Amino acid sequence: MRELVIISGKGGTGKTSIVGSLAALGKSKVVVDCDVDASDLHLLLNNNVREIHDFIVSCKASINRQRCSDCGLCADYCRFDAIKYEQGEYRIDQFACEGCGVCRYFCPEYAIAYEPVKSGEWFISHTDHGPLVHARLGIAESNSGRLVSLLRQKAREIADKNEYDLVLIDGPPGIGCPVIASITGASYVLIVTEPSQSAFHDLNRLLELIEHFKINCGVVINKSDINLTLTDHIKKDVQARGIRVVAEISFDPMMTEAQINSQTLIEYTVNDSTRKIEQIWKTIYNEMQSSPGFQQNSKKEIL
Amino acid sequence: MKISVASGKGGTGKTTIAVNLAVALAGKDIDVALLDCDVEEPNGHIFLNPEYTESVPVTVPVPKVDFSRCTYCGECAEICQYNAIAVIPDNVMVFPKLCHGCGGCYHLCPPRAISEVNREIGKINSGHGRGVEFVEGRLNVGESQAPPLTKRLKQSVSKHEVVIIDAPPGTSCPVVEAVSESDYVILVSEPTPFGLNDLILAVEMVRRLGLPHGIVVNRADSGDDRMLKYCESEMLDILMKIPFDRRLAEAYSTGKLMSEIDRVYNENLFNMYTSIKGKISDARACDYQR
Repeated sequence: MRELVIISGKGGTGKTSIVGSLAALGKSKVVVDCDVDASDLHLLLNNNVREIHDFIVSCKASINRQRCSDCGLCADYCRFDAIKYEQGEYRIDQFACEGCGVCRYFCPEYAIAYEPVKSGEWFISHTDHGPLVHARLGIAESNSGRLVSLLRQKAREIADKNEYDLVLIDGPPGIGCPVIASITGASYVLIVTEPSQSAFHDLNRLLELIEHFKINCGVVINKSDINLTLTDHIKKDVQARGIRVVAEISFDPMMTEAQINSQTLIEYTVNDSTRKIEQIWKTIYNEMQSSPGFQQNSKKEIL
Repeated sequence: MKISVASGKGGTGKTTIAVNLAVALAGKDIDVALLDCDVEEPNGHIFLNPEYTESVPVTVPVPKVDFSRCTYCGECAEICQYNAIAVIPDNVMVFPKLCHGCGGCYHLCPPRAISEVNREIGKINSGHGRGVEFVEGRLNVGESQAPPLTKRLKQSVSKHEVVIIDAPPGTSCPVVEAVSESDYVILVSEPTPFGLNDLILAVEMVRRLGLPHGIVVNRADSGDDRMLKYCESEMLDILMKIPFDRRLAEAYSTGKLMSEIDRVYNENLFNMYTSIKGKISDARACDYQR
């Protein structure tokens, strides 16, 4: 079983549209949406939620007013400025509380409760293109990295149980905690970028991260005709790092049109972009299959 | 006055609005600073081209064990909620990247064997570009914790008439850290199903935080009308609509400003600022009457 992760340093490069199309092309796979802040993939895949689970991973502190003597020791210990003296009493700001529990430990009156809180929900959906594991992190919640790890683990369980060969992951934006949780231990990382100065800048930071984790990767340049000079520059730069540019896809209004019709591009139309995406799929599949340790679980054909 | 620019997802034009608004205000002789709080992927510098004058490392405290004192009692590992310390019979392992710097182990350690050392997680760079004071945070590659850097970044800016904050994408802790304490939040979105989905989340966030907010619709003619209908039914203020203009996309790709394509964008942005200023003082007057 292989894990293919698609990421883009910057948002809005067309990552989710491409993941949707890959999901429509693949046969034996589980799809995971690891953008737990703002998941969008389900909008393309026509999902039917089958299971809803609470995501409970951390505790938060709260003050029992009956016991509190307002000594303020908790506020002295809190490094996250979460405990403030307001209107004659100490209060804990739930948004700022990092759940370290230090205040509870040192409270002389045992006045601090420290209880598990729900940080979000995760789902298993049925879609036209197989099972989808996705989630919704609560507003202002941390622990996105842990939620991402949980989603990947659930997807692997589903893949193992059903003898699927592939876990296809739509990654989150950025290079921080959720991204690191998405790519560690993955078989292949596909980066979607676009020819803009900012996307190029983010791509470089992302490639540094990938090199740090030593993962096999390739790059797709989307909207490549917006700035041909920069596209060329990105290509050369990426290749100079020894990384393959898997495809260039021109700016395609059909991507938005397909989205409006709640379909993946592959289902919506046949054009130059869809042919490119098919080519991406074949290239990556071959590369993953030829890499050491790959054992096809089932007789099912991925392609 | 602090104005944050946020969006449920990336790629909607958040940085474009933040940078161009800052430059438009500077053009009207307003004392303005831009804070690039997207510390994972800071991009503001590409458009402002600032001359940096200072670069300050940002550190977090992490524990260091003095083995001549340690009794391997394991209390440090027990209080640590982040699995950053593991104690085995003859060793204590510290995983600095998991440490949130809460200080629990340091305060608790019975034989006082733990001290704290500073570990660099990123940098804050400041400078000037196009008449704007520019301050950005840069998380070191491989670091996972953005909020401590964002917090320090917000503290490092001096007094200005207007401070514009370019927030990271999403609705989780790094964004909340960036936008909290703002006087107004501009939410940038686009009229596509993804845009709408993410706008709903962003609106939920600013409402939970109790921050006044309005919407900038980017690429206003690119999708369908579901987003506008949502804005109408939720009575959200539409601050500005920007049509899809390939020239803007091309200018963005080369790091150019909107005003370099058409001066009118600066006027529109300045008018938006004036209306936001009016909304803030109206809201304050309301609060006062209560």
